[in-house]
Amino acid sequence: MPQTLYDKLWDSHVVHVEPDGTALLYIDRHLVHEVTSAQAYEGLRDAHRKPWRIESVVATADHNTPTTDWDEGIAGVRDPFARLQIETLDSNMREFGAKVYFPYLDKRQGIVHVIGPEQGATLPGMTVVCGDSHTSTHGAFACLAHGIGTSEVEHVLATQCLVTKKMKNMRVNVEGALARGVTAKDIVLAIIGRIGTAGGTGHAIEFAGSAIRSLSMEGRMTVCNMAIEGGARAGMVAVDDVTIEYLRGRRFAPKGAEWDRAVAYWRTLQSDPGAKFDREVTLDAREIRPHVTWGTSPEMVATVEDTVPDPDKEKDATRREAMERALQYMGLEPRTPITDIRVDKVFIGSCTNSRIEDLRAAAAVVKGRRVAGNIKQALVVPGSGLVKEQAEREGLDRIFRDAGFEWREPGCSMCLGMNPDRLGAGERCASTSNRNFEGRQGPGGRTHLVSPVMAAAAAIAGHFVDIRRWS
Amino acid sequence: MDKFTVLNGLVTPLDRANVDTDQIIPKQYLASIKRTGFGEGLFADWRKDPGFVLNQPRFKGATILLARKNFGCGSSREHAPWALKDYGFRSVIAPSFADIFFNNSFKNGFLPVVLSETEVERLFHECAAFPGFRLVIDLEQQTVASADGKLVMRFEIDPFRKYCLLNGLDEIGLTLRHADKIREFEARRKAQYPWYF
Repeated sequence: MPQTLYDKLWDSHVVHVEPDGTALLYIDRHLVHEVTSAQAYEGLRDAHRKPWRIESVVATADHNTPTTDWDEGIAGVRDPFARLQIETLDSNMREFGAKVYFPYLDKRQGIVHVIGPEQGATLPGMTVVCGDSHTSTHGAFACLAHGIGTSEVEHVLATQCLVTKKMKNMRVNVEGALARGVTAKDIVLAIIGRIGTAGGTGHAIEFAGSAIRSLSMEGRMTVCNMAIEGGARAGMVAVDDVTIEYLRGRRFAPKGAEWDRAVAYWRTLQSDPGAKFDREVTLDAREIRPHVTWGTSPEMVATVEDTVPDPDKEKDATRREAMERALQYMGLEPRTPITDIRVDKVFIGSCTNSRIEDLRAAAAVVKGRRVAGNIKQALVVPGSGLVKEQAEREGLDRIFRDAGFEWREPGCSMCLGMNPDRLGAGERCASTSNRNFEGRQGPGGRTHLVSPVMAAAAAIAGHFVDIRRWS
Repeated sequence: MDKFTVLNGLVTPLDRANVDTDQIIPKQYLASIKRTGFGEGLFADWRKDPGFVLNQPRFKGATILLARKNFGCGSSREHAPWALKDYGFRSVIAPSFADIFFNNSFKNGFLPVVLSETEVERLFHECAAFPGFRLVIDLEQQTVASADGKLVMRFEIDPFRKYCLLNGLDEIGLTLRHADKIREFEARRKAQYPWYF
């Protein structure tokens, strides 16, 4: 019977199945960070258990690490609780071990979903888990990758397996060529706008179609990253030449004859012709415009040509109330043109959009210009130390600094504001991150999700602009 | 893990859809390395509003939260069920849940109950109409019933999850009963695809 990519990944990892379908799924790669692992290691210690296979663990500190004052060492972490989490990860790594650990201040440290692929630690055909919902990112490499909770982190450490049930198959086809200035971020925001924030719940989504094929690995990671914002724990893209070329020569990728064998296997990681999906959605890439979220859920999204919607036109009462609440929180009036929305801060970073391609695209927009007078802060936070190094080799840091951006050390930063990079109450931000929930970037902060080029243009103009008309 | 058998509790209605885990427990409360003490941060931003349901004396001591669809969307933070439980809740009833939150709940003796939109709507009405409205959740029977027994609704749950919850079983211990199978699988995989090891 023809199988989907997800069926293949699932079948190749099932260790045991209970009569009700609950399965033990073998985990190849376990990514660990400082905020969701401490309680898991404590659980192991309390039960006198050892990790099953430390070679599966790749760890880093990224969620709460400061993006300034690295010259001060650990003393630069002013928040005592953040420091405790970072030091706890250090000591857990010393006690339990890992394949590789990139601690705070290491030049290869970075956002866990940036460094996994960058190191070749994420390989096609793997199951990948991490105590972070944006683990779906790794599905760009035809992995079965999804976020788990801390109890599951402990369970995977102790048993190398996840207790789970098979999800349903969903395919999102994006066909056609994207217009200039329209990016992977706009694709995924358009998808979420279409299916809703719970549209993929209970499903693994395969992103397919010519528009997805035309994306770089960075772009595919952006799309898979936000699968969870459409409710799907796992998103994935089949293997092709782009996948293989990205991985060639990476530190933990196989070498020599083993590489050839691996590539031969990886090329089978495709949905078979005629494979059955429980649900299929198709979007026309030519119709996708630059997107901007206006509310407090990623499904509350409009195109840059639109206006802020009017709750009075919404018939469903629960939805209408949610819209009214969102507009009140966001400080927006119905029917305001999106391009009239002025922003206070700009954040370019996060596991969604902090890779070299994102920084190059944003730098091309700001080159030779200055951020607008109403912008209080414009931040660029590279996804990893290696991305930062690469960008500096290309002179991107100069371009950003000359334009009035701050060029920071890597980390999750203002995406979730667990470190000092936050929005103040009422501050409005054009952000390349993934969640516009209330208070996500700081209590009372107002987040508009956009692509890196849209964020960069908003920084220069002081308000949202249609990047397609940028010259 | 704490067992979950029968829960007879006061119900707090939270009339919002898409309640995300950033609201359930805002990031400024995630900085602990323990599993306890998160109740203080539960809905912390919303609790600043004196009119918020959790601030209303009539719902003090509630153990059941009633919510709308897609409860627990967003971040994978298990601090969300930890906070709900630490605050005193043992169960959330909603028409649907986000997958990761749903999973995390079961690991903590905390029961997410899925009822239909219509049933949930009815419960919101009952809560509004009858101060002190209580429900009895019987996991063995898979029922949610009003305290007077006049209203009885059935819910579905995976047999394996039910078994673990009813008995308060340690899932790691259960999995390790299959340790030989895991080792066999691992050896086979390593032979076939050595580059993953």
